[in-house]
Amino acid sequence: MAVVFEKPKSLANVPLHYCPGCPHGIIHRLVAEALDELGIEGKAIGVAPVGCAVMAYDYFTCDMIEAAHGRAPAVATGIKRCRPENIVFTYQGDGDLASIGMAETVHSAARNENITVIFVNNAIYGMTGGQMAPTSLPGQVTQTSPYGRDVKHCGWPIKVCEMLATLEGPEYITRVAVNNVKNVNKAKKAIKKAFQNQIEGKGFSLVEVVSACPTNWGMTPQQALEWVESDMLPYYPIGVYKDRSAAKEEG
Amino acid sequence: MAERVLMKGNEAIAEAAIRAGCRHYFGYPITPQTEIAAYMAKKMPKIGGVFLQAESEIASINMVYGAAAAGMRVMTSSSSPGISLKAEGLSYIAGSDVPAFVVNVQRGGPGLGGIQPSQSDYFQATKGGGHGDYKMIVLAPASVQEMASLTIKGFNLADKYRMTAMILADGTIGQMMEPISFEDAEIEAYEKPWALTGTNCERKHNIVNSLYLQPDELEKKNFERYERYKIVEETEAMWEEYMMEDAELCVVAFGIASRVAKNAVAAARAEGIKVGLIRPITLWPFPTKALNAAADKVKGFISVELSMGQMIEDVRLATQCKRPVTLCNRCGGMIPSPDEVLESIRKAQKGEF
Amino acid sequence: MKTTQILIAGFGGQGILFSGKFLAYKGLMEDLQVSWLPSYGPEMRGGTANCNVILSETPVGSPIITAPDVLIAMNLPSLQKYVNTVVPGGQIYVDSSLIDAKVERRDVQVFYIPATQMAKDENIASLANMIIIGHLLQNHPELSYSGTDAVVNKLVPPKKAALIELNMKALTLGKEYPV
Repeated sequence: MAVVFEKPKSLANVPLHYCPGCPHGIIHRLVAEALDELGIEGKAIGVAPVGCAVMAYDYFTCDMIEAAHGRAPAVATGIKRCRPENIVFTYQGDGDLASIGMAETVHSAARNENITVIFVNNAIYGMTGGQMAPTSLPGQVTQTSPYGRDVKHCGWPIKVCEMLATLEGPEYITRVAVNNVKNVNKAKKAIKKAFQNQIEGKGFSLVEVVSACPTNWGMTPQQALEWVESDMLPYYPIGVYKDRSAAKEEG
Repeated sequence: MAERVLMKGNEAIAEAAIRAGCRHYFGYPITPQTEIAAYMAKKMPKIGGVFLQAESEIASINMVYGAAAAGMRVMTSSSSPGISLKAEGLSYIAGSDVPAFVVNVQRGGPGLGGIQPSQSDYFQATKGGGHGDYKMIVLAPASVQEMASLTIKGFNLADKYRMTAMILADGTIGQMMEPISFEDAEIEAYEKPWALTGTNCERKHNIVNSLYLQPDELEKKNFERYERYKIVEETEAMWEEYMMEDAELCVVAFGIASRVAKNAVAAARAEGIKVGLIRPITLWPFPTKALNAAADKVKGFISVELSMGQMIEDVRLATQCKRPVTLCNRCGGMIPSPDEVLESIRKAQKGEF
Repeated sequence: MKTTQILIAGFGGQGILFSGKFLAYKGLMEDLQVSWLPSYGPEMRGGTANCNVILSETPVGSPIITAPDVLIAMNLPSLQKYVNTVVPGGQIYVDSSLIDAKVERRDVQVFYIPATQMAKDENIASLANMIIIGHLLQNHPELSYSGTDAVVNKLVPPKKAALIELNMKALTLGKEYPV
């Protein structure tokens, strides 16, 4: 019988702890497929965040380290500066990357640190049970914004790609989504490119993946994917925000 | 004997670290330790090493965490307020059992405090600082020569026990120059099979981690770690005894305070007072045995500190309160004069504790 | 046991730390035990600077000087602040072109040297400190004048090689200044 689909080698054969309908599983697979296809599993060192993906160190078969909340890019910097031949990536959520770890995010981008950052934006703190995130939308109801995010009170959600793209430093800044097959395929390409960039020594590559959190959004998985399309993507448009090498080729 | 050169304490640490095989330094500027960063910034690029000024103390200690997990000899340095910021990372490093080398050239506190020398981070260094059950090996140099020798020792101990070794110095020892000679550094090499090197698809993946959601598992990890700490306590304590053979009083002081205390002890001897000095060189492990033995001979202890009295608690614990312990202290960046210490010795001689 | 504690004090920019380093290196060359401790921090920028140098035949205890054997005062506030800390029988060197006041103590030796003016006259304006040091060496056989050129060579960075000669000139001016 012909094999039409296989679990990537770089993904461990263990049950994931994610909620039903959570796209983390898809994003893990995309990362693992990129490692497999580029043949870098044996060189890869992954940095897990604090947040829903905290136990990612059990899910990838490459060497892994668990960082403190928000510090993954600093930990990745330490590893990469010691082992430039290895492929170092972080896998972070919105609270981790855009709130508590914003300084580490911005400065590793500014340094054009030769690492790959996978940024999963689902507009909420999932692990702690659904609190407002730096990327929660205006009016979004969460446990800590029970009347909807009031931007006069707690400010506006942060558009990470748009912000980082203003920096001279980073090589590649892009936003993708995983709410339908077409977008998943595009996301795969972007993630693979982000690793390829590192292999070529081009520097800091960040892929923001607009994701969903059916559990904490209080939706069915189907509704959640629809909400990504109707509410998330208008605020967080898919696209390439910076691609220095491509710009050079064109220019 | 190697040539004697004049060097600042901070520079001696940096040079010794390089000689100990450290090729990665991550830090953030703060007075009075910036000479370490400056030295590294100059030297590292020339010897194939990495000096990186991080965006914060928090980032720098996490870079150290990553580099240590990658199996490298790595260090950071800071001063008191910066060490508070590094406390989070120190806890993760302890919880993940990776070796790191950290320098605290102390200044007065709390808060922004001042920039003059202090020893008021004793508790922070010896009792934890970050969250959770953990220890760091804490080395307290009292001379520029020791800034160098304890740095080399610190790197070796960190690797040996897979934990953080911290130099707890102060602004005076960091800023002063003294003659120093660099003997060949004895670098002890330890296997690091746990390090993140990439699996090369030849072994199961290594995981460097401090998260254990099962309480029994976490407890077991802590028990194991404390078994290791016990060995450190039993074998690695270091101290210096000065004029203790016939002493009836014992001054206890470390770092710059011990230098002042030594002058005072000599002056008291000249007055016929039988007093000696025990200088802890490791603050953790604390030289408990030496102090407990002294407690059977002397009639009391004087703890000389640049703080409101922190080490004094360990002196009391070590001597099991067999003898009275009094405090002779200045703080906030002030340093007691030998005369102030001498006065405390005279009082103790009269039985006034 | 012979120990000399030297306190050098003045404004930032007068080369206080440099002259201290010179003495420390000279001591090292004479096989003495030495320590050099600067004041540090923002106060150094344009404010007061001081430097503690201890030279000893035995290991140096505290590097902090509370009762100097020798005080070099390069401005009035420094003289006023430290004049009474000098041990009886000690020495005080005063840059008399910057300090009008006289030392009233009779139990110390005082040397008035118009070092800043002398330096200006010789176009070595920044080296008043070394003129005083040159004079001090005369009075301290444990340091002696010989070998000073080697110390200056060690201290002046190669990029500023021109300063070697000027430092030697300043030392000589101090040495030859009549007591």
